[in-house]
Amino acid sequence: MKEIKLKVDGVIMKVNIDDNEILLDVLRNKLGIRSVKAACWRGECGLCTVLLNGIPVKSCMMLAIEADGQEIITAQGLYSDERARKLMDSFVKHGAMQCGFCTPAFILTSHYILNKYPDADDEKINEGLKSLICRCGTYFQIKEAIKEAKKYYDHFSKS
Amino acid sequence: MTSNSILGEKIPQVDSWLKVTGTLRYNFDISLPDMLFAKLVTSKYAHAKIKSIDFEDALKVPGVVAVATGKDFPYRLGIYVSDRDVLAIDKVRWVGHPVAAVIATDIGAAEEAVEKVVVDYEPLEPVLDIEKALENDSPLVHEHLGEYSSFPGFKPIPGTNIANEFKLIKGNVDEGLQQSSLIIEDTFKMPQISHATMEVQNTIGYWRPDGTVEVWSSVQSPYATRFLLSKSLGMPLNKIVVHAPPIGGGFGLKAGLGWEALVALLSRKAGNKPVKLTLSRAEQMIAAPSRDLFLAKVKAGFSKEGKFLAYKAEFFMDAGAYADYTVNVSRTSGYSAEGAYEIENVNVRSLAVYTNKIPTTAMRGFGHPENHWPLEQILDRAAHELKMDPVSIRRINLLKPGKSFRATGERVREDEGDPEGVLKTAAELIQIEKVEESSAPWLVRGKGLSMLVKAPSQPSNAAASAIVKLNEDGTIDVITGTGSMGQGTPTGLAMIAAKEFGVPLENVKVVQTEGVDTDRNAYTWQTVGSRGLFSDGIALLRAVDDAKDQIRTMASVVFKVPKDDLEISDGYVFSKSHPWVKKELKEFANGYTFDDGTCIGGPVIGRGSYAPVLNTFLDENGHGSNTVFHTFGATAVEAEINLITGEIKIIKAVQVFDIGKIINLMGLIAQADGGFIMGLGSALFEEIKFDDSGWVLNPNLTHYYIPRITDINFEIKEKFLETPQKDGPFGARGIGEHVMIGVAPAIANAVYNATGVKINELPMNAENIWRQITSQKPELFYKAFQNFEGSLKEVTAK
Repeated sequence: MKEIKLKVDGVIMKVNIDDNEILLDVLRNKLGIRSVKAACWRGECGLCTVLLNGIPVKSCMMLAIEADGQEIITAQGLYSDERARKLMDSFVKHGAMQCGFCTPAFILTSHYILNKYPDADDEKINEGLKSLICRCGTYFQIKEAIKEAKKYYDHFSKS
Repeated sequence: MTSNSILGEKIPQVDSWLKVTGTLRYNFDISLPDMLFAKLVTSKYAHAKIKSIDFEDALKVPGVVAVATGKDFPYRLGIYVSDRDVLAIDKVRWVGHPVAAVIATDIGAAEEAVEKVVVDYEPLEPVLDIEKALENDSPLVHEHLGEYSSFPGFKPIPGTNIANEFKLIKGNVDEGLQQSSLIIEDTFKMPQISHATMEVQNTIGYWRPDGTVEVWSSVQSPYATRFLLSKSLGMPLNKIVVHAPPIGGGFGLKAGLGWEALVALLSRKAGNKPVKLTLSRAEQMIAAPSRDLFLAKVKAGFSKEGKFLAYKAEFFMDAGAYADYTVNVSRTSGYSAEGAYEIENVNVRSLAVYTNKIPTTAMRGFGHPENHWPLEQILDRAAHELKMDPVSIRRINLLKPGKSFRATGERVREDEGDPEGVLKTAAELIQIEKVEESSAPWLVRGKGLSMLVKAPSQPSNAAASAIVKLNEDGTIDVITGTGSMGQGTPTGLAMIAAKEFGVPLENVKVVQTEGVDTDRNAYTWQTVGSRGLFSDGIALLRAVDDAKDQIRTMASVVFKVPKDDLEISDGYVFSKSHPWVKKELKEFANGYTFDDGTCIGGPVIGRGSYAPVLNTFLDENGHGSNTVFHTFGATAVEAEINLITGEIKIIKAVQVFDIGKIINLMGLIAQADGGFIMGLGSALFEEIKFDDSGWVLNPNLTHYYIPRITDINFEIKEKFLETPQKDGPFGARGIGEHVMIGVAPAIANAVYNATGVKINELPMNAENIWRQITSQKPELFYKAFQNFEGSLKEVTAK
């Protein structure tokens, strides 16, 4: 057992972990962060995506110990970001979800894409989202939602 | 007063904000105090006797509470045939069959202990091929088939591997074939595929010390689950509670009974503490059910003019080791084998057959993706032979509402929809006659179309109910039983209630949006078959009428006007003859209180129920009346085929359905588009692969590929016709499954129309298509290759 510190959605948390524990299990099972979903546990579906220092990572593919001292944002935490809330609103208005199980991962990754590439074209969006799976097949609506939300992520407000 | 016109608008799902923030609570997210964790020990053999199970070492792992084996739980489970055991007893029937379960205080301990359970097997000859399973000397998957109980109309045949045999007979098919001037005969096949819901199946069982059982489970149909649990465990229904939180995708996987009996019994075994079982993705793909493998041997006869005279078909569903739901898949594919057409002579025999493979269950549209796969290709092939076009041959054979009868003998209702309009619209939108230029000489463009029709496949008494409550501030609570799995039924029901009372949508809460609970919601049979909005919708409208009647009774006294002069809309009750005499609904919520403090009436609580009208069992010839509505549709595609590699690229897709009445346009489009994408996966990529000993070769989402955003680089057009069904809610019919039925045959027809290559087998991945092109039309491949070489030389020369 080793104690690590994680800053999750703005809150610093201490947690005891085993060296071989994955970040996903620590977030969900030890810290009770349930907005992070999981569906394959081997890096195929992307549903356990979190932003690690602003960059999307699949939390099943990372050891918790590697995240020691770093900042993690989940979809629930992203709700307090004004632009991300516009992105979420665009997902809602375009019906870019069905069962909703993959939606947090799509929100987090789309937020990253638009933050880094505010004028992302179709190719950029596809490239960014191709490692995520939506079994309900809501891809058309997701693309529309992201295109609509572009205007909130212009260069001037880049953070 | 104007009535609220919310119906037909694009309304986001009522739980959208919980979904975008990841805060909707799925069963996957639920933990209970004192909860233990279970892990499965699964079979390494497809067919073997269990000689012994040694779990002494497993019990020594710190944290392990108990280990259970099949002998602990002598119960039989199943929806239409009780052919399932809780854990394997005496023998295993497929690679992945759960043999034992470990219960521990944490998942890590359970995982460690699973490795220490030693099972000694005596291998038996496995039955891995559906045709071999039907031979007289085949080993039996179920030796005691005759002892299993079954639902009326299902006929397992003891001493064979046949789980169910269904026959549909109309006219004389042999005479019909003799009279035909064109016969098309062929064999078609579809592989087993996985529902691959993103939320894996997961269940908490709690056998409480007071002898009652509570389960929290990723289930579509909590009331059916409760009923089947009660039947299996021999417990009264009122001692069982099933909690069904929203689920992360169902598609049929989570219908009927899942893992609930196992975890409830594990809880009893573990000292009456709650136990949670969450499958891994690999377990989901091998230990849990999939869609059946389908084999069809068909013979179709046509007149010179293209009239469909005779259809003789044998369907074989490879049900795998358990067919508790798949017996109904075989029945359904049988009774609906004629699709959207009137065929003079029909003879269909449809079998569900046991093998030593993954058990199978319902999947979106079950029986119909199967029977439309041969049928809709036969029509294009016949059209080609008879020098007709794909639209004309369909048009002259379509069922005619108000005139035709189905092969089951059932009338095609006058208000059943407009199949001809659907066909015409789809053909126009895809511009079926127009030949498109491809972008390179080794690519060809083709267009293909498939008609489709489907009714809910349900028992003749599949009922629904609804409760409507008026709150003190005028807001409305709606309680029904349909689960929430992304299909959008709760939102549709909220819209109906909002329209009926004339209140804003946000004033209506549909309680089951965040989960159904069998103690607190209203009964509905199952969340399956595209029946939710139709069945619950009718029940809801009746509950609304009941609630309105209660309000009018009170208002009649208050206003001193006759009850039949009172109307309710826009959140008010008012006199029709004296419209200025009105009061807000909220004044009647808990009875009406006069200025002097006296009160009449009481809380408004409306009650509505629904059951299918004049539905019957089907007799030995498949005759009877077993449907409540049929939704007609057509799927059409434009595809580009690479003649060198066999790759198929979709250029354009068209989805047309006569849904009676649009309730929520946003949900409808989501279904049409999402269903096309799921259909695309099953058409182009998806196949569970087995080796010679019955092992699954691709139990993960890398090697079992499902569509991703990069596969969706085409245009899609949706069009909805609205021919109202008189007894539907506002005329509406169901849509949730129809959206994927026509995709595979439409793509196969596009390939056929572009190249003349016949595609009998799914998936249509590049390798399979390449093999078909090079074996059926090698000249196409060689010419394309020469063209490619030529252009390569040009490029090199430059």
